[in-house]
Amino acid sequence: MPAPLLEMVGISKTFGSVKANDNVSLSLYPGDILGLLGENGAGKTTLMNVLFGVYTPDTGIIRINGKQVKIQNSADALRHGVGMVHQHFHLVPCHTVLENLMVGQKGRGGKLDRKSTLEAMRVVKDRFGLYVEPETLVSDLTVGEQQRLEIIKALVRGARALILDEPTSTLTPQETEGLFEAMRSMASEGMGVIFISHKLQEVQEITNRVVIMRKGKVTAELDNIEHVSRQELAELMCGHEITPPVKEPVTPKEVLLEFKDVSTPGFARSRLKGISFQLRAGEILGIAGVSGNGQRELAEIISGMLAPFSGSVEIRGKVMNRLSPRDVQKLGVGRIPEDRMEIGLIISLPLKDNMILPRVHEPRFNRKGVLLRRAIDAFVREQIEVFDIRTPSPDIRTGALSGGNLQKALLARELAWDPYILLADQPTRGLDVGAAQFVHEKFLELRKNGRGVILISEDLEELFALSDRIAVMYEGKINGIMPISEATVQRVGLLMAGMEEEVAA
Amino acid sequence: MITFRLEPREHTPLWLNALLPLAAVLATLIICSGLIKLAGASVISAYVIMFKSALFTKFDFAETLVKATPLVLTGLAVVVAFRAKFWNIGAEGQLLAGAMAAAYLGALKGVPAWSLIPLMIVGGAVAGAIWAAIPAILKTRYKVDDVVTTLLLNFVIDYGMMALLNGPWKDPLSGYPDSPDILPAAQFPILLKHTRLHLGVLVAAVATFIIWFLIRRTTLGFSITAVGENPKASSFAGMSVSKIIFLAAAISGALAGLAGVGEVGGIQFQVMQGISPGYGYTGIIIAMLARLNPLGVIPAAFFFAVVITGAEAMSRATGVPVFLADVIQGTALVTMLVALMFNQYRVKFKKVRHE
Repeated sequence: MPAPLLEMVGISKTFGSVKANDNVSLSLYPGDILGLLGENGAGKTTLMNVLFGVYTPDTGIIRINGKQVKIQNSADALRHGVGMVHQHFHLVPCHTVLENLMVGQKGRGGKLDRKSTLEAMRVVKDRFGLYVEPETLVSDLTVGEQQRLEIIKALVRGARALILDEPTSTLTPQETEGLFEAMRSMASEGMGVIFISHKLQEVQEITNRVVIMRKGKVTAELDNIEHVSRQELAELMCGHEITPPVKEPVTPKEVLLEFKDVSTPGFARSRLKGISFQLRAGEILGIAGVSGNGQRELAEIISGMLAPFSGSVEIRGKVMNRLSPRDVQKLGVGRIPEDRMEIGLIISLPLKDNMILPRVHEPRFNRKGVLLRRAIDAFVREQIEVFDIRTPSPDIRTGALSGGNLQKALLARELAWDPYILLADQPTRGLDVGAAQFVHEKFLELRKNGRGVILISEDLEELFALSDRIAVMYEGKINGIMPISEATVQRVGLLMAGMEEEVAA
Repeated sequence: MITFRLEPREHTPLWLNALLPLAAVLATLIICSGLIKLAGASVISAYVIMFKSALFTKFDFAETLVKATPLVLTGLAVVVAFRAKFWNIGAEGQLLAGAMAAAYLGALKGVPAWSLIPLMIVGGAVAGAIWAAIPAILKTRYKVDDVVTTLLLNFVIDYGMMALLNGPWKDPLSGYPDSPDILPAAQFPILLKHTRLHLGVLVAAVATFIIWFLIRRTTLGFSITAVGENPKASSFAGMSVSKIIFLAAAISGALAGLAGVGEVGGIQFQVMQGISPGYGYTGIIIAMLARLNPLGVIPAAFFFAVVITGAEAMSRATGVPVFLADVIQGTALVTMLVALMFNQYRVKFKKVRHE
């Protein structure tokens, strides 16, 4: 075996009383594509933040090419050849691709060095097949292209080890394949790649080695995972057995929600352009599509955040053309927004406050405007128990909870009122296997109880496992809608990429 | 070599929360001691005189409470507004609106004498609320920056008041720019003999309790905090963000207006130029020192009142200019902002060997 490109030895990092990393060691060799697996809160992000200079470890050392180094900030990390692509991109939208690549570069005597950056881009294109048109504005790029730009940025700055934090969650299957090809060519050039993902199928496909973390420790290191089943991987991650949810046959009944030729104003690519569909009781309708193709607009209309420009929306037989968030809630719509940290919850407030946020005006929680604190406490405690929200106290700052618990809190809040329709936008994004399974079970329970669920997701595996029908969105239109029995990954993938149905079929 | 860096905190311990304002006050006094030294006085004795003279006799203590009264009310005004992230820099102007309304209503003839004080209190609060409602409407309806509008409206009403005082309200006998005195029945009753401790002190205390109750125990207070923390999420949850911001602004303005009422009804019995030596602005510092907690406003305002009243005695005794009080106020804001940073970040020291 060659000398390791990068070694982390005995890394520990404690926050308050929580050991986020406990004596973690990890090596990355040239040519490695290393999968880093673990539930949320297992310590993967902390470990990568230590490597990228966001946190200083309490103990432990980092060696790069055999030499011990101190990484104090991201500039240090880059100088030592460590690049990272975060889940949320760090790009300047109003600048061009080339300008974004030059941000933070020294340039020559105060002048931006376009020529050498273009040259570096060409080298990256030749070696790894990664390219984005340099004069395009970042705001005009698709999510997949923006991600490619982030990777190019790291490569242009000379990264030898590249960390990719859940890179595939926003890509089409075809784009994911492109990313994997680039990863393979990086590996064949002697680079090392760390791939963080919750999608076990992809981990099996692309990685040659896997490190599994649980509760801040490395619990398993597998060199050859082709022979390990996904079930086993999942169980190694969460430390207990996983039983996949069972989808019982349910006959859909009355129409709960109907869109008739709905359009939204504006000029954006994602503007809705005449969307029609129905959601029936006892049905899960999956919405597939690359992000930015109108899913957000669709979700905002159902949430009451956006009024349609034309067309009509019927909720349980009532035509609603101008909805407020409170109206839709009164009509029995529960809503899990895509951005649970910014839109769904107020993370700076106590968990308790978030649990009653949309319902504080209900007579149950106040009398003449004075909060009934006992009723609120009882309600919150009950929900924490029923939904198994792991929290030290209902008064804890919401942002201190893990992603899975945040989502459980949101679900608890919305399901406590027994909604007829549940809108769930990316409900398991960033959730670990156990938490995602919990969410899925709740959806199937709603379906069994004759409720309707709209599931917007970029995770095809999830869509195929849960949906009764799948609608594919492309550029603000529904590019195809089909019962699950007729859906294949190939067909949905082509529709997501904008192929017409005749061609796709 | 030892270097340090800041790391975000996951949790802030409770004791730190309690300690930070005290640390900020202490740091302020230490920093300002440089000026006392420059003025040629002994730092210790200057501070001793400052605190002693503000606290040690019945009269001095009452005088400090009188000074604290408008500061409590403007501090509360800023607390309510800032909790909703309505950046009300205009408590000063709203105070003047309340003062003018009180001076006008307190001089009204032909209304029953007993109704004068309630009229002044209600009228002053309403006037302050209206003056704060203007920037609130501009912000919620037209997205005009509230910092700019609230601040600039201070000058509008200040000069408007000067125009009144030099015109219709000018004292016909002396020709001074003072408004006519309010009626004797409109003067606030004195709570403690031989002092100036007036009804306004009680108003401020009751207001503090009401605002604490509003913020902690009512749906409106809940909504104000939620909207301030995250308007998007609040709107998603079904709250009317514009309405909540408007209400917070109006309550804020009313509180500042009450501060003006107290000054007219309890101290000056008229309005004149300089009726507020910047109480509205000091309210901002007090609210920050109180960390937007209504109950914290009381100690913060009291501290400032001590500094303001004590500074005069200190100046007389030691020759340190009375402007030290202003320097302390400004420095306290800066130290508190620094202290708030420690609330969110921890400092990590580490030894680094030279490479």
